[in-house]
Amino acid sequence: MSFEFSKEMEARFTKALEKYPTEHKKAALIPALYLVQEQHGYLTIEGMKYIADRLGISASEVLNTATFYTLLRMEPHGRFHLQVCTNVSCFLRGSDDLIRLIREKCGIGPGEMSDDRRFSCEEVQCLAACGTAPVVQVNWDYHEDLSTKSFSSLLDTLQSHEISTSEGI
Amino acid sequence: MVKGSPTSNHLLRSGDGNDYTDLGVYQKAGGYKKLKERLQMSQDTIREEVVKANLRGRGGAGFPAGVKWGFLPKDSEKPTYLVINADEGEPGTFKDRYFLNSDPHLLLEGCILSAYAIRSNVCYIYTRGEFYDELQVIDKAIADLYEAGLLGKNILGTGYDLDIYQHPGAGSYICGEETALLESLEGKAGLPRMKPPFPAIVGLFGCPTIVNNVETIAAVPIILEMGGEKFAALGTERNGGTKLFGISGHVKKPGLYELPMGFNMKKFIYEVAGGTLDDRPLKAIIPGGSSCPMLTPDEIDIPMDFDSLKSVGSMLGTGGVIAICEPTSMIDVILRISRFYSHESCGQCTPCREGTGWLYQLIKGFKDGTARPGDIDTLYNAAEHIDGHTICALGPAAAWPVQSVVRKYRHEFEAALENGGLAETA
Repeated sequence: MSFEFSKEMEARFTKALEKYPTEHKKAALIPALYLVQEQHGYLTIEGMKYIADRLGISASEVLNTATFYTLLRMEPHGRFHLQVCTNVSCFLRGSDDLIRLIREKCGIGPGEMSDDRRFSCEEVQCLAACGTAPVVQVNWDYHEDLSTKSFSSLLDTLQSHEISTSEGI
Repeated sequence: MVKGSPTSNHLLRSGDGNDYTDLGVYQKAGGYKKLKERLQMSQDTIREEVVKANLRGRGGAGFPAGVKWGFLPKDSEKPTYLVINADEGEPGTFKDRYFLNSDPHLLLEGCILSAYAIRSNVCYIYTRGEFYDELQVIDKAIADLYEAGLLGKNILGTGYDLDIYQHPGAGSYICGEETALLESLEGKAGLPRMKPPFPAIVGLFGCPTIVNNVETIAAVPIILEMGGEKFAALGTERNGGTKLFGISGHVKKPGLYELPMGFNMKKFIYEVAGGTLDDRPLKAIIPGGSSCPMLTPDEIDIPMDFDSLKSVGSMLGTGGVIAICEPTSMIDVILRISRFYSHESCGQCTPCREGTGWLYQLIKGFKDGTARPGDIDTLYNAAEHIDGHTICALGPAAAWPVQSVVRKYRHEFEAALENGGLAETA
């Protein structure tokens, strides 16, 4: 399955390239990988080879960078990716209860995805919102100062959210 | 989140109802007003004000910002870069996010003034990838500045050119280390570089580079407005100004507060932050992010500045205080912290790559009941063998909190050995 940027992504890629000196195009690698991920849902070998060609670097250089960072992923997430911080400040304010709640309501634990692909769950490191712990990032959205009650109702909302086919995955 | 300035109000001014993400609102409050005048001052005058301000790096290391700027070579033929470290991620720290989402122009005005002072025409802001909303806020604020003629070629007719670009991180704590950050900005994995050469000589794209924390740069417009000496006088002798202190964990009013450097830590916890949650007895304090050695309740009657915390064997770090109350197990706390460093080790240096994993496994043994007699000393020794044997500070950052917990809460490890692990906490 070959990969190429959509028209919108192509425009954003061109804009990203303008930020860096022309002889240091590789600096645009992380921004470019985000674009692949946004378009396809995750990084494929074809997508990474495509970026290697576009930036004039080797495929192994792309892979080396792509596998280093937690936000770059090689497989799809659920429609709602529940990223629960369980680091010290969130732990002190009850993040383990949130993990338990996900198990109860979504039937999944960290590193797992529900069969209907609605939810996936991941324990993440500090999200830099410790003053409003515990914190869960759902896709890109921060949900702060959670209690089991507020998180439970958030999960209910996400559970009943209608997923259109255009939302992919 | 509680945000407040019980004693001062320079850096933290949200909560007054104004939306400072709006350029017009920021300008109405005096922002960018004297920019033209300042871009006509000599670069060295600006640097001297920052030196006089005793502004020590707010990323945690506490190196004087103006002095750091002075390390740049005088007549380099290469371009000079200013890079802003917005890769906030030290557990317990949540101050830079405030500027990024609530007062972006204070940071950007700081970028313009600082870039001018170091004779740089390109500035990158490296923002952690999880900060999706903040990335949008900063991108918009930058676009607004170009439109208003406050960025780009010949800013306000002063002849000074500056471009500011934002670059997203992608989930990696180590990229907050300045040389790992530069590697990441160049499109590579975030492996810290050997120093020397320091970034001021060989930094981004092989060029002279200054890397400064968000809060450090956000203080620059304030310093120029009030004058370096006056800013310095807000703090203690060797620690100028005010700073954002965060407090999280077991307190009644967790949040972000602006306090003068040297503010008493006990007062911060019991007065400003309202005391401990449910008035439970305090057990331990992490003074400035999870890499700082922990303090016991009888050690916290001290000024919060770089030198005072060093004198009690800890660090001010980022000023992100974490309060831990009874009946929390210190083994549970240090287990989270050691798992973090093990996860975030870049893997480049063997003592850190292997050692952080061993710290985690050993501590887990005390929780699970698999620890053997002698493991307390093994744990301490393993930490000792990481400290000082790595390229960057992640190794020591993993070792110090473990050592402090073993030293100060050894009885908990002994009890865990005796009881065959920790009772499951609800």
